[in-house]
Amino acid sequence: MPKIKYIEHNGKEHTADVPVGWTVMEGAVKNRIPGIDADCGGACACATCHVYVDPEWFPKLPPRQDMEEQMLDFAQELKPNSRLSCQIKVTPALDGLVVRTPKSQH
Amino acid sequence: MNKIVIIGAGQAAAQAVASLRAEGYSGALTLVGDEPFAPYQRPPLSKAYLLGEFARERLFLKPDSFYAESNCELRLGVPAKRIDSQAKKVELADGATLSYDRLLLATGAEVRKLPIPGGALKGVHYLRGIADVDALRPQLKPGARLAVVGGGYIGLEVAAVAAKRGVEVTVIEVAERVMARAVSPTVSTFYEKTHREHGVKLIMSAAAKGFEGADAVTAVATNAGTIPADVVLVGVGVVPNIALARDCGVTCDNGIVVDEYAATSDPDIFAAGDCTNHPAFAGGRVRLESVQNAIDQAKHAALAMLGRPAPYREVPWFWSDQYDLKMQIAGLAHPGDVTVLRGNPAARKFAVFHLRDGIVAAVEAVNAAPEYIVGRRLIAARAAVTPDRLADISIPAKSLA
Repeated sequence: MPKIKYIEHNGKEHTADVPVGWTVMEGAVKNRIPGIDADCGGACACATCHVYVDPEWFPKLPPRQDMEEQMLDFAQELKPNSRLSCQIKVTPALDGLVVRTPKSQH
Repeated sequence: MNKIVIIGAGQAAAQAVASLRAEGYSGALTLVGDEPFAPYQRPPLSKAYLLGEFARERLFLKPDSFYAESNCELRLGVPAKRIDSQAKKVELADGATLSYDRLLLATGAEVRKLPIPGGALKGVHYLRGIADVDALRPQLKPGARLAVVGGGYIGLEVAAVAAKRGVEVTVIEVAERVMARAVSPTVSTFYEKTHREHGVKLIMSAAAKGFEGADAVTAVATNAGTIPADVVLVGVGVVPNIALARDCGVTCDNGIVVDEYAATSDPDIFAAGDCTNHPAFAGGRVRLESVQNAIDQAKHAALAMLGRPAPYREVPWFWSDQYDLKMQIAGLAHPGDVTVLRGNPAARKFAVFHLRDGIVAAVEAVNAAPEYIVGRRLIAARAAVTPDRLADISIPAKSLA
C-alpha cells in the first residue's frame, strides 16, 4: 500500500498507508491527520482540503482539472504547488508522496 | 456535568463527538444509532456509492480508532425508544438505560413514504441509508426499466447514475419542473435538458397513483398514464425524526424547534442537523437537509452543551453531482427574489444569483465554482450588487466581492 507523508504547518510529520484508488484527502481523514477538514467529503465543493505538494512530487501528479483550478483560485495562501487533496487519487506511483497542510486550515 | 449522550449516528453526531472533545469535554460520551454503522457520509450514496465506484469502507466519516481514542462509547444498531426528560434518562430498544446531564438529538430525517397502493411490492425502493443502496444497486442492470418517482436531488442523482449504467430511466415529477423546491426555473430547465440528452424520459406534472404488480412491481400508475417499470425508486423528500423529542415534551414544529444555540425547549436537550427547525441566516426559521447544516450546527451545539454558547449564523450551502455537472448552491432562495443569470447555460457553465431588496441572498452555480464562492461571500456580507454587474461576465467573478 502506498505510503503518504503529511506534514503539518508546524513541521509535525505523519505517515499513512493509503489504499490505491482512495484520495490523498481520504488518507488524511481516515488517519486523523490535522489540517484537512474536507467538509464535503471529497466532492470538490468546499476547498477545506488544500495541501502543498512537495515540489519534487508536484510534476508527477496528473494536472488539476478545471473545477479544482477554479476552487483553488480562492484558497488562502495559494502557491504554485497547491492542490485540493480530494482530487489527488492515490496510485502505486505515488508511494512516498509528501504533502504539507497550510496554516489557515488549522 | 460528566455525562453526554448523543442520539443519532450521522454527520452531526460525528461532528459533535469531535467538537466536544476538541473543546475540552472530558466526561462520559455515548453515541446511540439505530443503523448498525458508525457515522457515514450520505451524499455519496446516491452518487458514486450507487454507481459502484466507491467501496463501503470509504463512506465512514471517521476511522474506528477515532471513537476509541475519543473515549466515545458506540451503541450501534440499537434504537433509542424513549427519553425521560424528568429523570434525564434514555431508554434503548435493548432494555438498557443511559442517564445524561446533556442530551444531543441528532436524529436526522427519514424518507417520506408515498401513501399510495402497492408500496410493499418487490422492486419499490427508497434511498436513505447504506442498506437501501445495497438493495437498489443490483437492480440497476443494463436494459432494466427504472421509474423514478420524484424529480428532486435524490431522484435525479439516481437517474443520472442509472442512465450511466445503461438503465432505461423515466422520471415522474408532480411539479411542472424538476427540483422545483430547491432551484430556479433556469436551473431546472437546464437539468431537464441534460437528463433528456442522456436518454432519461421526464414526465412532468404527473402524480403517481399506485404501484402495479402481483408480487413484484411492473408499472407505476400516474394521472398521465401507466409507466412500465422493473424497478422503482421513490424520492419524494424526507420528514424529520421528531418522535423521541415530541414524546418527552420538547417543542416540535416541522422539526425539533431550536434557537440559534441549538437549544431545545428543554434546558438539558440540544439538537442539530436535519431534524431541527432553526433560525435561518436571512431571518425566519428553516429546516435544512444538508452536510453544512449538520456540521456547523453540531459545532454550535457542542459549544452550547459545554456552557459556551455562540450563535449559529453560517450561510447554508449544498451541492449536487449529476453526470459531469457540479451544482453548488449557497444561501436560500425565496419565491419573490429577483434572479440574475450570469453566463450561458448552453456553455454548461453559469450561475443564477438571487437578490432580495438588492442584497445577494442566494446563488446557484453550475460548473461555476468562482461564482459559488464569491456568492457565498457576498451572502455572508449581506452585500448589495447591481443586477447589471452580476450579469456582466467581462467582470471576473472574483472582482464582484
